[in-house]
Amino acid sequence: MFMPKLSILSVTALVLTSLILMGCGTASMNDTGQIMLGQPISEANLQGWDLIVEPDGRGLPSGSGTAAQGQLVYEEQCAACHGQQGEGGPSVPILVGGSTTSTPPNLTVGSYWPFASTVFDYVRRAMPPTAPKSLSNAEVYQVVAYVLNMNGIVTRDFVLDKNSFAQVQMPNHDGFIDRSQVQ
Amino acid sequence: MKNFDLAAGNGLINRRHMLSLGMASFGSVVVSKSLAAQTPDIPAWSKSPGPGASEYGAPSRFTDDIKRLASASNPITPGTGASRTPLHLLQGTITPNSLHFERHHSGVPDIDPAEHRLIIHGMVRQPLVFSYEDLLAYPQTSHTYFLECSGNSGASTGANAVDTSAATLHGLLSCAQWTGVMLSTLLDEAGIGPDASWVMATGADAASLGRSIPLYKALNDVFIALYQNGEPIRPEQGYPMRMFVPGWEGNVSVKWLTQIKLTDGPANFKDETSRYTELLTNGKALQFTFPMGVKSLITSPSGQMSLQRQGLHEVTGLAWSGHGGIRRVEVSADGGMTWTDAHLDQNPANLALVRFRIPWQWSGGPAILQSRATDATGNVQPTREAVLALYSSANRYHFNGIQRWAVSVQGEVKNVYA
Ligand code: HEC
Repeated sequence: MFMPKLSILSVTALVLTSLILMGCGTASMNDTGQIMLGQPISEANLQGWDLIVEPDGRGLPSGSGTAAQGQLVYEEQCAACHGQQGEGGPSVPILVGGSTTSTPPNLTVGSYWPFASTVFDYVRRAMPPTAPKSLSNAEVYQVVAYVLNMNGIVTRDFVLDKNSFAQVQMPNHDGFIDRSQVQ
Repeated sequence: MKNFDLAAGNGLINRRHMLSLGMASFGSVVVSKSLAAQTPDIPAWSKSPGPGASEYGAPSRFTDDIKRLASASNPITPGTGASRTPLHLLQGTITPNSLHFERHHSGVPDIDPAEHRLIIHGMVRQPLVFSYEDLLAYPQTSHTYFLECSGNSGASTGANAVDTSAATLHGLLSCAQWTGVMLSTLLDEAGIGPDASWVMATGADAASLGRSIPLYKALNDVFIALYQNGEPIRPEQGYPMRMFVPGWEGNVSVKWLTQIKLTDGPANFKDETSRYTELLTNGKALQFTFPMGVKSLITSPSGQMSLQRQGLHEVTGLAWSGHGGIRRVEVSADGGMTWTDAHLDQNPANLALVRFRIPWQWSGGPAILQSRATDATGNVQPTREAVLALYSSANRYHFNGIQRWAVSVQGEVKNVYA
């Protein structure tokens, strides 16, 4: 049975009475005597706080963007580190091209990442590293579209949004062997 | 030298002598002459009182060389980087909190616990929010567990054996007693939805680092760690709380834990796709390789040490496995031609570091020392060559190959491959 958290010090007589009626010893226990202090929160209240984007696009915010729009964001916010063409820099990863079988292999968004959702998820939560979470959702859509476009994955005018996301096919989608159930 | 019960080539002595006789019984430990020659002076510190008690203790000033090895951080992303535990300078198995290895992806956040929240949501009956104070009130559980970064020992995959210390090579490894609240307790309270099969966890650092783990593990032994060796966990380890995932690659033990979201598949975060995946020679990659493989390492004598005298030495090191307990550790002093079992310290805990020891008589000739662990599941630590054969030459993760240390006739100890 779920019971909301109540501060032990501020338990009101009314609540106390109802708890006693239910047979609980304190405000913070359930009927089997376990401590339960979690306070209910609604999923709606977590929008804007929960930044997880799953492979099928669950968690994507509203908004949209094209690579054409994203070029400006990229040049202003990303190119200084990742290079004009996404060629990377000293200690900064390459974002474009590459291959998993070259010598040495060159693992990039284009050659390695299995899902476009990861690009959105990561850029929104962590990039640019000096000011993470400073981009608007529209800017994230735009710059993600641009990174995908530099990799030849979407066209310059493809409108990336919550609904079109599922159409994006990453080249290395089938490149991973899931070991999670091997113990 | 008399009464030696040689157990393997090049001077390894049966481990039972450590237990029954003690090292001194061999009579071969040369006592330094300067200590024995004359009546010792009463030292100055025995003649005047020292300073009194202090609020938070610090190590002796004579041990200030025992430090983490911090790699220079990237000037572009200053908080990102790692520091390593000085394994070769420590004994026993518990890593002091100030020396626990670090790996940060966007620095160490300065979290006010009064404002920190842990939110459990997604495929649950009722999303819940917990404060730090709330979690302190739950029943606590304590366990001693190792933590190893999956990139630990990555340098050993390189083409040339780097002449460096055990800590530089393998120091992304630590062990502590962690105390906290079982994740299953909190998940029960929120009510696990029927479709939930994975847990996504994110931290409150600037990178908001995220990882996914299967629900079966979350319900088994994962907990929210609040204490480390008895005191609140250090900021570098996730203060006020981290997820702790015993035996699995360190990166999944998300620090500064703020979000637990139940779902029906992994999020495929950047740190479980672009990173922390193992590339194979055919261009495919292994994903979600969670348990750290069975592994051991001689910490003394080890790289860049030098043996000061011939005669008896204790060879000692650490063994661990993400698959369970350590059953045995074998040691060789002749490059792997002959092996013998080392003594394991008492009652090693599952998924904790285990200390092994064995006496060794160094004749002054060349030697190659190495150790090989076997875990309770029967996994045997592979050679370096066998590990390399599994992956692309670019892979740096999950290296658990045997470490060899060569001892020269001058007593210099060096990292070698062959
Ligand atoms: C201050 C330099 C800097 C800036 C500006 C920057 N990045 Fe990054 N980026 C990095 C570094 C360093 C990493 C590697 C981080 C890590 O692995 O922890 C990275 C990683 C990435 C990755 C993951 C690459 C991989 O293969 O793992 C992507 C994608 C990315 N950045 C996109 C962007 C975008 C888009 C922008 C602009 C909005 C941006 N970055 C701005 C430095 C920067």
